[in-house]
Amino acid sequence: MDNLKKVLGILWIALALFTAYFCLFELAIPKIKIGHQEDLVFGIIIMFILTPIISIGLGLFGYYSLCGEYAKDKT
Amino acid sequence: MKENTNTKTIWKVIGASSMGTLIEWYDFFIFGSLSIVISTKFFPADNPTAAFLSTLATFAAGFVVRPFGALFFGRLGDLIGRKYTFMVTLLLMGGATFLIGCIPSYESIGFVAPLLVLILRLLQGLALGGEYGGAATYVAEHAPEGQRGYWTSWIQTTATFGLFISLVVILVTKYVLTEQQFDAWGWRVPFILSIFMVYVSYLIRKNMSESPEFAKAKEEGTTSKNPLKESFGNRYNLKFVLLALFGAAMGQGVVWYTGQFYSMSYMKTVMHLNSDEADMILGTALLIGTPFFILFGWLSDKVGRKWIMLLGMLFALCTYRPIYKAMYQLADTSTKEISSSEIKKLNHNQQLTIKQFTDGTQMQETSELTNTKETIIKKNITVHGQNRIWLTALIFIQIIYITMVYGPIAAFLVEMFPVKIRYTSMSLPYHVGNGIFGGLLPAISTYLTTNAQVAQDPEFYLAGLWYPIIIAAVCFIIGSLYIKNKPNHLNNG
Repeated sequence: MDNLKKVLGILWIALALFTAYFCLFELAIPKIKIGHQEDLVFGIIIMFILTPIISIGLGLFGYYSLCGEYAKDKT
Repeated sequence: MKENTNTKTIWKVIGASSMGTLIEWYDFFIFGSLSIVISTKFFPADNPTAAFLSTLATFAAGFVVRPFGALFFGRLGDLIGRKYTFMVTLLLMGGATFLIGCIPSYESIGFVAPLLVLILRLLQGLALGGEYGGAATYVAEHAPEGQRGYWTSWIQTTATFGLFISLVVILVTKYVLTEQQFDAWGWRVPFILSIFMVYVSYLIRKNMSESPEFAKAKEEGTTSKNPLKESFGNRYNLKFVLLALFGAAMGQGVVWYTGQFYSMSYMKTVMHLNSDEADMILGTALLIGTPFFILFGWLSDKVGRKWIMLLGMLFALCTYRPIYKAMYQLADTSTKEISSSEIKKLNHNQQLTIKQFTDGTQMQETSELTNTKETIIKKNITVHGQNRIWLTALIFIQIIYITMVYGPIAAFLVEMFPVKIRYTSMSLPYHVGNGIFGGLLPAISTYLTTNAQVAQDPEFYLAGLWYPIIIAAVCFIIGSLYIKNKPNHLNNG
């Protein structure tokens, strides 16, 4: 199980990067480009709140997982 | 005898904590429930700056500010104590809500009005961010060993009851007053009423003692000097904060918001169900479903928290699409047989079509006629009999998922962190999961649905569900692999 968690660490980092790309280029930027104020606020929140939480948070979680921080003897 | 005294004390603790948290949720939800009348009083749509402030008030305070409240008040709670901190959040929330009810309209004082509303709404968000963690921690630290899930589950019912009571207070106010009175000043009543409820709750809480766990730590000098640094600057604790967020709180947030809020907006905007009927259906399902918070909280003491929460997520992600498809079909008039039809001319280019269907469904459609085409501008569907029961049952199933993921989560989060940083460490993942992942759900799901509709996807009405399904699926995988189904003792390390 500990080895699986380490391997999955790579998956979480990859997922963090993919989500960051998706949030920015599929959600935030198209919304901001529309120019309506409601869309603008939504786009800014996606760009500056949701994207950092997912990309940094999930990336860090993946990194810890890869480093074996969630191994049985460390939790 | 000792057992009786303990039970009495814990009921007092539950009463004081739940009452305050319930009022905070009530305060938070009345803004949303009265958003239409608020926007006409403070945020005129024809004024772009006021409209911008309105969007900020809806988005920012609703969820973005909550994690900041969690950090600010969580730190305070770990430094000076749980009791004083959640007294402050209660008074802050009550004061802000009361003041919203007192602000003169945009017509009277111009831009100051929406600006004040925005500031007070931000304070509401901050207060809510601090309240929940305090109440959950306070109750959990009073609860007897092995019963923490049961006792904290009472706190978990408050969010649903808060929503329910806000709807009831508004309905009663509307019922007692005329439409003109409600529009002129009656909408302020639910806000102003809050100050009395807060005062009662304050009096009850004032006489409560500090949590025994925290009082002991304070006496021994083992409380944290810098809870933020110890929670998030310490690798050992940070990894648990991340695990709490991605393995539990994130999935809980989307399941909670889908069942309680997306379902309501789906009935009203996608199924075009009559607004009062949709509220009634949701209210009924909430009322029947609420005792299940207690049931699953209690069960989590017996079998562990992990699998109850994760099964709630798994059921949700596997069944959301069939549930929402069935809901849509119950009000889909294109597949129903018409029993009678009537057309009324409203003015020179508008007409009202009333159709009655054989299964009791009624549809009222207002359309605009031009030389070349007919555009539907308003559609209102009412379902009856068996269809209404089915619809209530489908919402009820979603409420059960909510109770599974939400019932045990307070105890789960509390047990994950040591007493000296518990308030801070558990509040942040909860409010990021519930406030941000959950709070963004209506906006993201609506965006996905609109995109699918533009792309002429025949099942566009299910596209909005991809967001909660994917988030719940990731959370389920992380939770099932990384979270331990720990025995129910507090982490006091």
